[in-house]
Amino acid sequence: MHMADALVSPAVGGAMWAATAGTIAYCAKKVRHDLDERKVPLMGVLGAFVFAAQMINFSIPGTGSSGHLGGGLLLAVLLGPHAAFLTIASVLVVQALFFADGGLLALGCNIFNLGMFPAFVAYPVIYRTIAPAGVGQGRIMAASLAAAVAGLLLGAFAVVLETVFSGISALPFSSFVLLMQPIHLAIGIVEGLVTAAVVGFVAKANPEIIGVPAQVRAAAGGLGFRQVMASLLAVAVITGGAVSWFASENPDGLEWAIKGVTGRDELEVPKDGVHGTLATLQEKIAFLPDYSFGKPAGNGPVSPDVSAHANPATAPAGDGRLGTSVSGIVGGALTLVMAFVIGFVLRRRTSS
Amino acid sequence: MAHIETALRDLNRLDLLAGGDSAIHRLDPRAKVLVVLVFLVTVVSFGRYEVSALIPFAVFPMVMVAAGGLPPGILGRKLLVVLSFAAVVGLFNPLFDRATLMTIGPVAVSGGWVSFISIILRAMLTVSAALVLVAVTGFAGICMALERFGVPQAFVLQLLFLYRYIFVLGDEGARMTRARELRSFGGRGMGLKAYGALVGSLLLRTWNRAERIHMAMLSRGFRGEFHVRRTSRFGRGELLFTAGWCSIFMLLRFINVPHLVGALVTGVFQ
Repeated sequence: MHMADALVSPAVGGAMWAATAGTIAYCAKKVRHDLDERKVPLMGVLGAFVFAAQMINFSIPGTGSSGHLGGGLLLAVLLGPHAAFLTIASVLVVQALFFADGGLLALGCNIFNLGMFPAFVAYPVIYRTIAPAGVGQGRIMAASLAAAVAGLLLGAFAVVLETVFSGISALPFSSFVLLMQPIHLAIGIVEGLVTAAVVGFVAKANPEIIGVPAQVRAAAGGLGFRQVMASLLAVAVITGGAVSWFASENPDGLEWAIKGVTGRDELEVPKDGVHGTLATLQEKIAFLPDYSFGKPAGNGPVSPDVSAHANPATAPAGDGRLGTSVSGIVGGALTLVMAFVIGFVLRRRTSS
Repeated sequence: MAHIETALRDLNRLDLLAGGDSAIHRLDPRAKVLVVLVFLVTVVSFGRYEVSALIPFAVFPMVMVAAGGLPPGILGRKLLVVLSFAAVVGLFNPLFDRATLMTIGPVAVSGGWVSFISIILRAMLTVSAALVLVAVTGFAGICMALERFGVPQAFVLQLLFLYRYIFVLGDEGARMTRARELRSFGGRGMGLKAYGALVGSLLLRTWNRAERIHMAMLSRGFRGEFHVRRTSRFGRGELLFTAGWCSIFMLLRFINVPHLVGALVTGVFQ
C-alpha cells in the first residue's frame, strides 16, 4: 500500500504534501493543547511498538500464509485521532527514510492514505459508533472489523486515484480499482481481527488504557445526527467494498453472465465513458505527457555542429526514429559510464 | 518478520554511517535535505516515457556515496530489495500500453516497456537519494533540519522519540517471537488467540515503559522540548553546495545530455 516516488507526479505529490503538512500542523497544535504531557513519550514509544508488533506473526488458518498488525486503527483506539495521526505519520517517515517503504515525495500521499482514514474516518465515525467505551468483546470485534475494512478500502481507493492522476503507471482506473479493493478487503479483515484481539486483551487486562481516550471523546462528542450519518456512511462503505469484492472475485463469470442476460454493448458504454474522461483528465494533469524516449534536447542551447549531426537522426521519417533511439541508448550508456568514473575518481581521492 | 529484523539491522548500519566524518557529513543538514528534495522533484517531473534524460541524474547519488565515503554494498543491497517492489508495480505498464513507441533494428519496443524502464530508473534514483541522505546526515540531523524548516515541534519530538525506542522495542519483539517459536510444536500457539495475548502484553509493557520514561524525563527537567547544542550553521559552504547541485539538476532537467553525447558519437562515425 505504500506508494513509491517512481509512480507519483510532482503535482499529485506536492498537493498531498500540502494536505498532509496542514493536517500535521493542525494535529500538533491540537495535541499541544488538549493532551496531557504524559502522552508525549507515550506517542513515541507506541510508534516504536508498531514496528515491534509487526515482527510478531500469526498463521491464518487454511491459507498457509501469516498476518500481522498494520497498526493505524490500534493507535487511533489507544491515542485518539490527533495523536494517532502524528504517530502514524512518524512511523511512515521512518519507513520512508530507512526501509525505503514508499518514497519521500510520495510521503504526503502515504501519510494521507494510511493516516487520515483510520484516524479521522474509521475510528471516530465507525469504531466509536459501534463500540462506545466499556462494551464487550463482540462489539469490539464488530467495530474493529468494520473500521479496519473501511479504513483500508478508502486508503486503497485513494492510492488508485493518486496513481491514476499521476499518470506514470499505465494501469487503467477500473482494473486498478478491481485489483486493489478485494486485496485490501482481505487485508482489512485481517487487520480488524488483529486489532480486536489486541484491544480485547488489553480491555481485559488493563481496561483504563482503552477507557481513557474513550471518556475524553464521549465528553466532547455529540449524539444523534452525527451517529446516524456515521452508520450510514459505514454501511455505504462496507457495501461498496463487498460489492467490488464480488464483482472481481470472478470477473469473467460476471461478464459472461451479463452478456448472456443482456445485449453486448450495454455495459461497455458507461465503462468506456468513465474510462475515457479519466484518460483525458490524466492527459491534462500529467506533466509533459508526450515526452518520448529519443526526443532531441530542444529546450536547451545546442551548439550548431551538434545539431547539424543530430538533424538527420531527428527527421520524422521511420528511419529517423531508429537513429534517435540508437543515439539515445549510446548516449545513455556513455553518461552512465561517466557518472561511474566520476564516482570512482572521487572515491580514490577520498580514501587516499 | 525477517523483513523487519533485517530492516532494523540495516537501519542500525545506516545510522552508524551517519557518524562518519567527511566534507559532506560536516555540511549543515538543511543543505542536504534541501538538495535531496530538489533532486526528487526534478527526477519525478519527467514524462512517463523519459529514459535517457534520467540517466545523468545518477551522478548525484554516486558522488555523494564517493565523497561521503559510504560503502556501496549496503546501499546497493537495499536498492535491489526496493527495486523488486517497483518492478512488480511497473510490470503492468507493458500489459496495458502496447502501442509501439520505437524500434531497435527489427525489435519493436512498446510504450509500456519504455515506461517500465523509466519507472525502474526513477525508483533507483529516488530511493538511492533518500538512503544517501540518511547515511550522510543521520536521523537526528534530519529532524533538526525539519524543525528549522518550520515543522511543528510536537511532530519533530515524536520522530525523535520513535527513533530512540525502535531498537529497544524491536529487540523485544524479536525475543518474543523467538521464544514463541521455540515453544510451539506443529504450529500450535501460532494462531490469532495467542497472538492477541502476545501483542497485547507487549503493548502493556510498552505502556508501562512510556510511563517510566516520562517520570525519568520529568526528574531531569523535561519541559516539552529537546535541547540540542547547535554547532552547524548555514554558511558559505552550504550555500555553494545547495546552489551548485540545484543548478546541475536544472541543467540536466532541460538539456538531454545523453542525447547530445549520443548524437555527437554517432555523428562522428557516420
